[in-house]
Amino acid sequence: MSADVSADLGYSKSEIMIAASARGLAGARNCFVGVGLPNIVCNLAQRTVARELQLVYESGVFGARPERLPLSIGDPTLATGATAITSMFELFAYYLQAGLIDVAFLGGAQIDRFGNLNTTVIGSYDEPKVRLPGSGGACEIAIHARQILVIMRQAQRSFVQQLDFRTSPGHSGDPAHDAARGWHGSGPTSVVTDLGTYGFDETTGEMTLLTMHPGVTIDDVRSSMGWEPRLASDLGETPPPTDEELRLIREELDPAGVYTK
Amino acid sequence: MTSKVTTMRDAVADIVRDGDTVAIEGFTHLICFAAGHEIIRQRKRDLTLARMTPDVIYDQMVAGGVANKLIFSWLGNPGVGSLHAIRRRIEDHDPGPLEIEEYSHFGMVCRYVAGASNLPFFPIRSYYESDIPTVNPKIVPMTSPYDDADEVYVVPPLRPDVTIVHAQRADESGDAQIWGLLGCQKEAAFAAERVIVVCEEIVEESVVRRDPNRTVIPGVVVDAVVEQPFGCHPSFAQGYYDRDNAFYLDWDRIARDPETLETWLKEWVYDLASHADYVEKWGDAHWDALRPGESLSGEVDYGRYA
Repeated sequence: MSADVSADLGYSKSEIMIAASARGLAGARNCFVGVGLPNIVCNLAQRTVARELQLVYESGVFGARPERLPLSIGDPTLATGATAITSMFELFAYYLQAGLIDVAFLGGAQIDRFGNLNTTVIGSYDEPKVRLPGSGGACEIAIHARQILVIMRQAQRSFVQQLDFRTSPGHSGDPAHDAARGWHGSGPTSVVTDLGTYGFDETTGEMTLLTMHPGVTIDDVRSSMGWEPRLASDLGETPPPTDEELRLIREELDPAGVYTK
Repeated sequence: MTSKVTTMRDAVADIVRDGDTVAIEGFTHLICFAAGHEIIRQRKRDLTLARMTPDVIYDQMVAGGVANKLIFSWLGNPGVGSLHAIRRRIEDHDPGPLEIEEYSHFGMVCRYVAGASNLPFFPIRSYYESDIPTVNPKIVPMTSPYDDADEVYVVPPLRPDVTIVHAQRADESGDAQIWGLLGCQKEAAFAAERVIVVCEEIVEESVVRRDPNRTVIPGVVVDAVVEQPFGCHPSFAQGYYDRDNAFYLDWDRIARDPETLETWLKEWVYDLASHADYVEKWGDAHWDALRPGESLSGEVDYGRYA
């Protein structure tokens, strides 16, 4: 059991983020998996709500069946037993750019209210305060995957009014513009944080708080973001992780607590 | 066929020149750290280093003072965090500035594809509504000649002076066979002016010919072949040894402090004569712990058509 499991609730913030995100993959088929939490989210979904889920990694793996929890998106356990291993050109051109990917996970150092993401710099580009990794495949995944799921911890410095740099596009704030883009992707559809879950308003494309995790208050949410959040009219509570989800996370997927600590 | 087999020392001395653009490719898998260390050891200078993911190897090379420019698409320590020596150069100009030129993964791959295919540019549907083209003027929007409403972005060819790739096995003329993650080694090798193939094992040409589908890089584009067991460590060679994730984690600690990093470079690179010494220094127990179990592919029948 990980160190930060709440005595009252019986699970940690990471565990409810993982469980809530995995449920968002119900019925999904071809999923582009990122580094970190998405790794365990996808592996949990494959054992619960999305049995047909094909795990796709930008390292060129389609249909991975990892026997251990991969520690990077290029872990050798992803290659052994996979459906296919392609060159990176094929993966990005034939699988992603051509529209085969149903859903993908992205995250970042900063997100704005329309789901635009910054993974490039904090501060100015030429004189950065913090140099972040950059795009990797994120800016193209954001365009081509049919829907984008975001997992991020929530804080004033990460949920910002204005990005320092837009690496990957989300919604523009102008629905007519978004509809005319002609991309395979419809942009971010869900954001799961350590405080709650968000969808995006169909008219404005704005992030909308759908549920708060048990024990979280609206003041907790407000004080952890740089704008006044839009609230769903039927704002509810996130269902806690089930015993089975917790068992899978703790016993099968991450017994060492690499992702859940 | 004449043998191109040589030592790492001679390959790097003869083929890598000060001022070159060098690509040591391999996406997480088959990153040839042995070649990077030899470039540091020979104190090459003013290199432009190209890689999709600079990884710990370019953090070490930048710390070793061999480079003044990076071309990349994802600048991090995979699964761990930052590359601290590179960040110090970019954020604090410590101990000097480092020029950067950045793309997305698909953009970098297609730069190699254009270079390998003798094309003037390559069109992709990336960078829409991203700030990346605003900081890299080489990424240019272009309207389709067949449809005025269809706009793509184009990236320029990347033609490294030297590409270095690691393979599980190769024959003496450089026909290289790779399995597991393929990255963009093929594209980077065909794009390059000069190519060094490093391998875990040099095998007879007949071994290659028995399974030609597995040949990723043909000897015709290869200038030198080096046999270097464990040459990718702490990266990995599928079926030979696992990724040394503990070292990737430890690098975060080592690289945070310039003095610790310098001590590491002295102990593990400058004070060793070759990668064979590096392998010996880690010791047999280390390599035993990284050895994977077995998962054989089975065989296919190519048929005999005499």
